[in-house]
Amino acid sequence: MFTVFTLLNMVARQVIWDLPGLVDAATDDFVLGSIWLTLYASFLATLIAVVFGTPLAYVLARHDFKGKSLVEAVIDLPVIIPHSVAGIALYTLLMSRSPVGGVFAGIGLVFEDHLPGIVAAMFFVSASLYINAARDGFHSVDYRLERVARTLGASQSRAFTRVTLPLAVRHLLSGAIMSWARGISEFGAVVMIAFYPMIAPILIYYRFTTTGLRGSQPIAVMLIVICLTVFLSLRVISRRWERG
Amino acid sequence: MIRFEGVSNDWGEFRLRDVSFSVGEGEYFVVLGPTGAGKTLLLETIAGFYTPRSGRILLRGEDAETLLPEERGVGFVYQDYSLFPHMTVEGNTRFGLEMRGVSAEEVERRVDEVLRLLGIEGLRDRYPGTLSGGEQQRVALARALVIEPDILLLDEPLSALDTRTREALRDELRRIHRARGTTTVHVTHDQTEALFLADRVAVIIDGMLVQVDTPDRVFNKPGSVRVAEFVGVENVLEGVVTGYTDGVASIDCGFTVKAVSEVTEGSVYVFIRPENIILSAEAFPSSARNVVECTVLEVVKLGSVHQVKTDKGLNVAVTQQSVDEFGLKQGSRMYASFKATAVHVIQRSV
Repeated sequence: MFTVFTLLNMVARQVIWDLPGLVDAATDDFVLGSIWLTLYASFLATLIAVVFGTPLAYVLARHDFKGKSLVEAVIDLPVIIPHSVAGIALYTLLMSRSPVGGVFAGIGLVFEDHLPGIVAAMFFVSASLYINAARDGFHSVDYRLERVARTLGASQSRAFTRVTLPLAVRHLLSGAIMSWARGISEFGAVVMIAFYPMIAPILIYYRFTTTGLRGSQPIAVMLIVICLTVFLSLRVISRRWERG
Repeated sequence: MIRFEGVSNDWGEFRLRDVSFSVGEGEYFVVLGPTGAGKTLLLETIAGFYTPRSGRILLRGEDAETLLPEERGVGFVYQDYSLFPHMTVEGNTRFGLEMRGVSAEEVERRVDEVLRLLGIEGLRDRYPGTLSGGEQQRVALARALVIEPDILLLDEPLSALDTRTREALRDELRRIHRARGTTTVHVTHDQTEALFLADRVAVIIDGMLVQVDTPDRVFNKPGSVRVAEFVGVENVLEGVVTGYTDGVASIDCGFTVKAVSEVTEGSVYVFIRPENIILSAEAFPSSARNVVECTVLEVVKLGSVHQVKTDKGLNVAVTQQSVDEFGLKQGSRMYASFKATAVHVIQRSV
């Protein structure tokens, strides 16, 4: 209730008191570019989480091994450390002057104030949401279904793609949506490593500190409306998929 | 077809200990044991999901160590059916054939045939979640049989079903085995299933195979006290052989028991199934070599029969009619009669 009221209040204030400001923001290429960059960067971060996180989640769901608790704790770490701290940690690791960042810079992959830096920061804070959801999804599929599939002639990979994945896909999709949403909302970690190019949360903060509510609120309203529309659509698609 | 040579394995709290047995081609082999005895681990080791810590397994004469589960030619049916919930009955049944690259035409033919065999043609477009337990188990059997496995592995396939469905499916299993002759390993804790279906029974307790024999011998001539207790031989008496004439031993168990026995001397265990003892109010002439006067200690109702405990350590199974007829109650003086052939004797180490 509190969440809904807070957001509705902001949207209503903007529409009632300053509709022209909203229209201006909606036609400002810089604002639109910033929102697009936010959605795109978070999509890339989620994609990386899906590619690398899915096998990890499967292993965590299906196997017990020494150090498993440690791995799970590390996955959850970004949730508990302040994101500005995460941003500084990422910056010191990936800046071009660091050994690791230097290697990447050598192959043309620069993180500071570039898209890869935004993606890295978003990945850092959001991957755990996807990995945990995927792990729970795989865990919810009875391992004996895979075993039966194996006896019926399926290789391990085919048992996974034909049996486990279709049954866990709802969890994976839900985790990916949450991960994407978390990436979009990230400010603290991104601002440390890539103030520019400006993602929407940074642009909103920048406008707030330079032009006050009048300059920042329209962008915030646009971001909220776009995000809600996208997420609700994805939720509906996910539900329909689930019902088959 | 299957040969275990000294196989040991551990998985969590379950273990197999130095298990050796062989199952012949076309045989219906039942592994009988209590919950937690390692029965499912045994099946899953045959299927290739676990590698033995020691010993080896031969399938069709070939060392199975290097064979992946999909290469072992086994069909597996779990207790809870484990049907693929996102596939229809037909989808479940086709799965194995599709994985094996069988032609579309052949898939149709074999799916039709197996659905007919199990009497579930009408269910082909249904999803597992809409089926009863018995129907789901038939689908699980169809899915395992359609690939024409060399070996069918059944993990407590009837235990999740109600009594009537269980009996119907038990008949079905026997019919299918007779029709197809697939080598079958069926694990269960249900003795009736073992008696009804098995060519041979292996009793497994705490991960050890303690007896492999025909159902008749396992139930009437158990090889150890543990087997006897597990298969419902309630009368396990300790005694000493005091005489032996013409194949009949006289055994002192606090009272004298005459038994047709291969054990001729020493300390022994005496096994008598409770249903092989007749209670009567008076001693009467009969072919029974053993007539023991006893006093009733307790009468306990156990479903359709009553268990009568006596002061001689003998438990007797009687019907409600007998209880009424003799007015059986604590303190009743009765005669327990049983044949020398109904007594099984094994040596007891002291």
